[in-house]
Amino acid sequence: MTSPLCLRGGRVLDPSRGIDRSQDLWIDQGRIAGWGEDAPAALRSRPDVEIVDVRGAVVCPGLVDIHVHLREPGQEEKETIETGTRAAARGGFTAVACMPNTDPPLDERPRIEYVVRRAREVGLARVFPIAAVTRGQLGEQLTEIEDLVDAGAVAISDDGKPVRNAEIMRRALELTRELKIPVIQHAEDPDLKGSGVMHEGWVSTRIGLKGIPDAAESVMVARDALLAELTGGRVHVAHVSAARSVEIIRRAKARGIRMTAETAPHYLVLTDEAAAEYDTRAKMNPPLRSDRDRDALIEGVVDGTIDCLATDHAPHTEIDKDGDFDSAPFGIVGLETALGVYLRGLVEPGHLTLPELIARMTVKPYEVLGRGGGTLAPGSDADVTVFDPSRRWTVRASEFASKGRNTPFDGWDLPGQVLLTIVGGRICYRAETSEVTVR
Amino acid sequence: MIGHRKDLLGLEDLSAEEIISILDTARTFREVLDRPIPKVPSLRGMTAANLFFEASTRTRLSFELAEKRLSADTVSFQTSGSSVSKGETLRDTARNIEAMGIHLVVIRHQSSGAPHYLARHLEAGVINAGDGTHEHPTQGLLDIFTMREKRGRIAGLHVAIVGDVMHSRVARSNIWGLTKLGAQVTIAGPPTMMPAEVERFGVRVAKSVEEAIEGADVVNILRIQLERQRGSLYPSLREYARVYGVTSERLRRAKPDVTVMHPGPMNRGVEIAQDVADGKHSVILEQVTNGVAVRMAVLYLLAGRDTSAEAISESPTVEAKKSHDEPTLSPRR
Repeated sequence: MTSPLCLRGGRVLDPSRGIDRSQDLWIDQGRIAGWGEDAPAALRSRPDVEIVDVRGAVVCPGLVDIHVHLREPGQEEKETIETGTRAAARGGFTAVACMPNTDPPLDERPRIEYVVRRAREVGLARVFPIAAVTRGQLGEQLTEIEDLVDAGAVAISDDGKPVRNAEIMRRALELTRELKIPVIQHAEDPDLKGSGVMHEGWVSTRIGLKGIPDAAESVMVARDALLAELTGGRVHVAHVSAARSVEIIRRAKARGIRMTAETAPHYLVLTDEAAAEYDTRAKMNPPLRSDRDRDALIEGVVDGTIDCLATDHAPHTEIDKDGDFDSAPFGIVGLETALGVYLRGLVEPGHLTLPELIARMTVKPYEVLGRGGGTLAPGSDADVTVFDPSRRWTVRASEFASKGRNTPFDGWDLPGQVLLTIVGGRICYRAETSEVTVR
Repeated sequence: MIGHRKDLLGLEDLSAEEIISILDTARTFREVLDRPIPKVPSLRGMTAANLFFEASTRTRLSFELAEKRLSADTVSFQTSGSSVSKGETLRDTARNIEAMGIHLVVIRHQSSGAPHYLARHLEAGVINAGDGTHEHPTQGLLDIFTMREKRGRIAGLHVAIVGDVMHSRVARSNIWGLTKLGAQVTIAGPPTMMPAEVERFGVRVAKSVEEAIEGADVVNILRIQLERQRGSLYPSLREYARVYGVTSERLRRAKPDVTVMHPGPMNRGVEIAQDVADGKHSVILEQVTNGVAVRMAVLYLLAGRDTSAEAISESPTVEAKKSHDEPTLSPRR
């Protein structure tokens, strides 16, 4: 039996309960045992308590990233469940939801079971598999959704590709309505996207790359809003990138349509200018867009139109990303930089308070998945992240735990050093440079 | 001279002075080409590699000829680039070039930015011979050179560029070079072939080909890419010819002594009418000849980057590199 753990003197920040105060957090038997003076006296007097001094640091519910590509099975050269969850822990994430566009895709029960089992063996982060909407993600025939959910899937998505066929999208929404899970849509009209590789605008015009208009995304967001209204099912829009999409989602919500949305760090701090030198680390889908889009996304995050913050962590090998822009694959990694980039992009400029940011990375994404979590309520799973919001660090992609080093943030100076990542009461990551001491 | 540049990747990067310097040097080489023995020893001992990842006839021939006229050793390679992973090819190409001690690399590639990749990874000078839908700087330079020869100046010229601007690297290089030198550029073409925010190049966007041609000193007609017509960009070549084809009737709106240009190869009867292509205003074949001189100038100036700045600026002609043991090849008689 492991010793009880006491995180001493941190700023305990639990948006799920509106709590923000300095006090001790007690963990026992994998669960939150209590806070400060409210912790059971029997626990506080135990001789084997492991005490960690976290004064000056934030103690919050474990961060969850509901949009991650772990690449296993099939593309282990890019990432594995082990390296991906190690990266998650290093970035302060105690849980990730992984997309089904593996090889083969997560479209049958044994594959979902494999991910669940493998993640449990590794034991570095909770892994919630997302099952495919259609077999082979081919957009033609629905998967056995209830069987997949029964095996552990938390949502369905054909991410990487959109569910192009409106009829299939409609039926998927109808079949998930009573399951309380969202259909996560990679919103993109494939015809409008064509062979585009970056945002369609002045930069694409200037450097001669084929553009992807913002309407490629927004057209499908609008369609899906109508289908959600028709069916009563719930659409979650992945990686929102465009101002027009934000506006459509805002209006859909105002009409009472069940639609939620996420965005990713890069859309809030970068624009298409990042690709101006053909830097393949700025190539992702959807693409980095204009200043106007970035500002509208921030506004959407602030007013809650965009419910939660994810990463779209998409690892690729160095060779994949080497060469000319057209032939490089889409996607960048995000797990090990997300917290810092969000702090820098949202909290430092004053768009969100720190508790608001934590909410968007904890309780909100759990709500999107239609499940509990993201709380430090006594009795709940002891998934806890401890970070020092004022301590700055420099991104070194070469030191990532992820196999993917494809980040546009290499060399950036970021706030928010993660000190401890605790999953089910177990410390899964502890900063090497940490001044956190254990007694 | 073009500064201390290692590469020529696009006209966007060049200053007006640098462009003028290339044009002036090209004029010297243009004279060389009219000699009985049109060859100088400027690049003797240097090796140029022509890497054509996309099929090309005239640009490749023009570069090869320019290199030979400068006495460089040349190696050429052409591939469709379809079977091999393009990323690997580029990286391996760069490594091979380093290993072979090549001094100058001329690259044509179907992907915009591929020359920039090579330039970043190579000590050798890199010349962009057309990258995707980005730039084709030597074509831009030879077009501007030809305009300057024909019209005597660039500043204040009205230049109409007609056609598929979106996919045209020729258009981009023309626009950068011409606007830097003070020409007024008007573009026209189907709305489906106008890239987003194109006016930010500093050009006027005409609503019709007639409007663009009105009062023009120069009409530069872009090649319509037949292979792209499978898509939805324009209904048919017939319709294109009807609405955007430059005919002698439309040309009457231009200045009476208008200069008509086309980068080639032409689709006669589509973007350019037969009688315009072969008419008295057409300088299309002169463009081809000038292309060799312009490419000689670019090769010469880039290769000369290691010689002292004084030597180049004092003597921007090939005399600076005249060899004593070959007096008969002196550039000026």
